Amino acid sequence: MAQKTALARFTEVAYGRGLPMLRRVLDGAQRAADEVSERLLGPDFEQRFRVLADRYERLGGDPFGFNPEAVRSAALASAFFHRAYFRTDVYDVDRVPEGRVMLVANHSGQIPIDAAIIGCALFFDANPPRITRAMVDKWTATLPFVSKFFSRMGQVVGLPENARRLLNMEELLLVFPEGMRGVSKPFEERYQLQEFGRGFMRLALETKTPIVPVGVIGAEEQYLSLGRASWAARAFGLPVFPLIPQMLLPGGQLPLPTKYRLFFGEPLYFEGDPDDANGVADKVYLVREAVAHILRRGLAQRRSIFL
Amino acid sequence: MAPVSVRGLDGGAVLVTGICGRLGKRLARALHRQCRVIGLDRRPFHDRPADIEHHQVDLRSVRAREVFGDGVSAVVHLGVDHDPHADSAEHHTSNVTGVQKLFEHVEHFGIKKVVMLSSANVYGPRPDNPQFLNEDAPLLGAGPFSQIRDLVELDMGSQAYFWRLPEVATVILRPAHILGTVRNAPSNYLRLAVVPTLLGFDPMIQAVHQDDVVRAIMLALAPSARGVYNVAGPAPVPLSRVLELLERATVAVPHTVARLGVERLFRLRVTSFPAPELDFIRYVCMIDDARARRDLGYAPAHGLVSTLCAVDEERWLG
Repeated sequence: MAQKTALARFTEVAYGRGLPMLRRVLDGAQRAADEVSERLLGPDFEQRFRVLADRYERLGGDPFGFNPEAVRSAALASAFFHRAYFRTDVYDVDRVPEGRVMLVANHSGQIPIDAAIIGCALFFDANPPRITRAMVDKWTATLPFVSKFFSRMGQVVGLPENARRLLNMEELLLVFPEGMRGVSKPFEERYQLQEFGRGFMRLALETKTPIVPVGVIGAEEQYLSLGRASWAARAFGLPVFPLIPQMLLPGGQLPLPTKYRLFFGEPLYFEGDPDDANGVADKVYLVREAVAHILRRGLAQRRSIFL
Repeated sequence: MAPVSVRGLDGGAVLVTGICGRLGKRLARALHRQCRVIGLDRRPFHDRPADIEHHQVDLRSVRAREVFGDGVSAVVHLGVDHDPHADSAEHHTSNVTGVQKLFEHVEHFGIKKVVMLSSANVYGPRPDNPQFLNEDAPLLGAGPFSQIRDLVELDMGSQAYFWRLPEVATVILRPAHILGTVRNAPSNYLRLAVVPTLLGFDPMIQAVHQDDVVRAIMLALAPSARGVYNVAGPAPVPLSRVLELLERATVAVPHTVARLGVERLFRLRVTSFPAPELDFIRYVCMIDDARARRDLGYAPAHGLVSTLCAVDEERWLG
């Protein structure tokens, strides 16, 4: 009998006081999470998302597999890295003209976070928001999950045919003419632009696409690479194998929380014969100089790598 | 769907090889009210409309030659053997010599029109494929997937006749995955009770309805048509969306496991899918059909849903 009353009393307490308290705690956590995501995504996230979704609805879907819904699901994680982790400062993103355009940026950081942050800037900070179509290495198409993720996020395999088609769709293309050479630079070569490929300029001339030089500062220090191990790259079938000691530390797999600064330059308009090798080389040199200039200025302004 | 009217036959007959396949029968039914249709196939043509003549002979035989001389003004070649389990050397011989005989007869009887049905598979699914291949792309399909070398050789062999027989208006059609009652790999794949996919891969897929291919063949019979044409259907969608629209149960399998498993099963004859066929659900192999739209006036009549659902259609047509 006594036992029964104790159980009854416990039930009463649990339902009467315990559950509402638990609910309050959960509601509070939910509200806090909502607040954080609201602050990270910004108050106008839904509007920005609609602008993109409407564009691809009008186009009748994206032939490369980009899905606006995938942007929604990746938005929170991207916004966290963009706004909280790397605290990106974006300068002059309004210089990016409407319609077809090519962003040409320095490439660095061992893994292409710089591309993702540029994509974030164009989505969260540009008006109207745009989706950044970066050209990824064809090797990524052989990787499970990665290939699917890239495709849904609007990334395409870096081939001239694909780039041409995207520009004819009036898309925004992100190009790293340094390619693999740039992204896997060792630490001692930071902010030294590597040789530029020339394909992007031929395409720009052919499709009459303006080029916006972009300087990314902060990415070059996110992983400290001592060099490249070509034997390991061969052994694992990777295009490149950087030696990054921090990877061995717990938590060192994450990039260092450097401060990212993105500088968008004035758009450059080129005209000429895409098949004239010398002319193309000269124009590529001009773009490379524009990126280098932005980097020099940005580095001179910078007081701290992390702040 | 507006029926396509066939032009330029001048009362002559259309000879269809491989007419007893499912696509052949659909083509025959679309053609026979407009012109004389003659069938050529080693198989019997059961539910044959009365006005279609059928010759149950091998394309390489002497008797086949007489059929070509019977007032034929156009030839449609659908007669490619592609049973994946059959002896590949024998297949190869019959397919390649079949094409050669066909063009020999065409030359001898002064026939002015040949339509060869190839496939977009000749380009092959590859990680470094552009999203859309045009007709000038190299035919690399047979590299990892030797079973389709017959098709690649048929395609290339026919291309040689553009200059060997310049007076013949040859058309090579390369359709995307043909879906419908046809018994080809993509349709069979989508008809599986549980459809396996590759874990972490979800390529964009392009399909075309069997009747849109029939329409493309009829448009290709126009005397002015000549050359190689890709034939695609509605806008591409991810494979996962295809399976979602068809409401299929799916199971995602890691690629290495799938490859080994399918290899075993194929050798045991449990499945009709050769292992390299897995690349079609791993990488893109899509085509740009702008040339067919511009030159042939082709446009797919079937939307995405009707194209996909065609694989579930009853088999009453045979």
